[in-house]
Amino acid sequence: MSVYQAVIYALIAIFATVTVLTRDPKVQIFPYAFYGMLLAILFFILQAPDVTLSELAVGTALIPFLVLVTLAKMRARER
Amino acid sequence: MTDRVRFALFAAGIVPLGVFLVWAVAGLSPFGYYPGPYGDVVNAIATAQRHVLNVATAVNFDYRGFDTLGEEYILFTSVAGLILILRERRQTQGKRTSLGETERADGVGALSLVLLPVIVVFGMYMAVHGGLTPGGGFQGGAIIASGFLLAYLGSGHPAFHAIGKIEILEVFESLGAAAYVVIGLAALGLGLSFLQNFMPLGGRGNLVSGGTIWAINIAVMLEVATGLVIALSEFLKEIEP
Repeated sequence: MSVYQAVIYALIAIFATVTVLTRDPKVQIFPYAFYGMLLAILFFILQAPDVTLSELAVGTALIPFLVLVTLAKMRARER
Repeated sequence: MTDRVRFALFAAGIVPLGVFLVWAVAGLSPFGYYPGPYGDVVNAIATAQRHVLNVATAVNFDYRGFDTLGEEYILFTSVAGLILILRERRQTQGKRTSLGETERADGVGALSLVLLPVIVVFGMYMAVHGGLTPGGGFQGGAIIASGFLLAYLGSGHPAFHAIGKIEILEVFESLGAAAYVVIGLAALGLGLSFLQNFMPLGGRGNLVSGGTIWAINIAVMLEVATGLVIALSEFLKEIEP
């Protein structure tokens, strides 16, 4: 295991924990998106660039956005 | 249930789980250990057999093309289900929750609309080069959809719905999904197996190469891009001002 791999695994463990421990979904989505980006970097380091590209587009852009829209909708309904 | 009972239950579960997990991880093969022959075999023969340089694409769209067909229809079905639920609810309940439109600077809006075609072209580039470089139809489609997402973030609802005309998108989504199956059936018609590669393979390293791999990549790009934009569009209609 190279130094890059060790560093990225450590960062992924940190941000996965931060995501789980963040209680407010509105805030939670940001460490989650960052966690997605770290996963993309990990896939790149493990020489899987195809998966990197999917994870980047889906995990860091589309999913966080869909979650944010859903949260906005729920907030609007509560009012 | 008191907190103490709950904690006891939690501990009774988590301690054995932890022990077994540590035991299992300790018994794993070393990092990067690869026993199977298939990856090595595919790496050795894919480029000669299918004239593509990206072996992952050869596996996804040719050797294991049937699996990818299933994956594509997962997305297709999800989008169809989303449309069914959200539209039905909007029509029967009639009321929409309004959040009001966020004000955006003109420059941000203009920039997002200038970047949209650039991102769309990049996504298409990604899809057509699926056989040559990392990426392919799915990645290209997702990139195209993210361009539309940017257009919404920069320019708001009216611009997004004006660019992404849902009636047109639905047609292209269905065409993309159908094209994959039609290519597979065409192989059957020629007396080959379903999804067997029957198109001219082209020169190794050429843009148009890999036979059906190239064609299916474009079909998948069409389906994924339009499917994701439709999903975005349906979500955004829920919070329309």
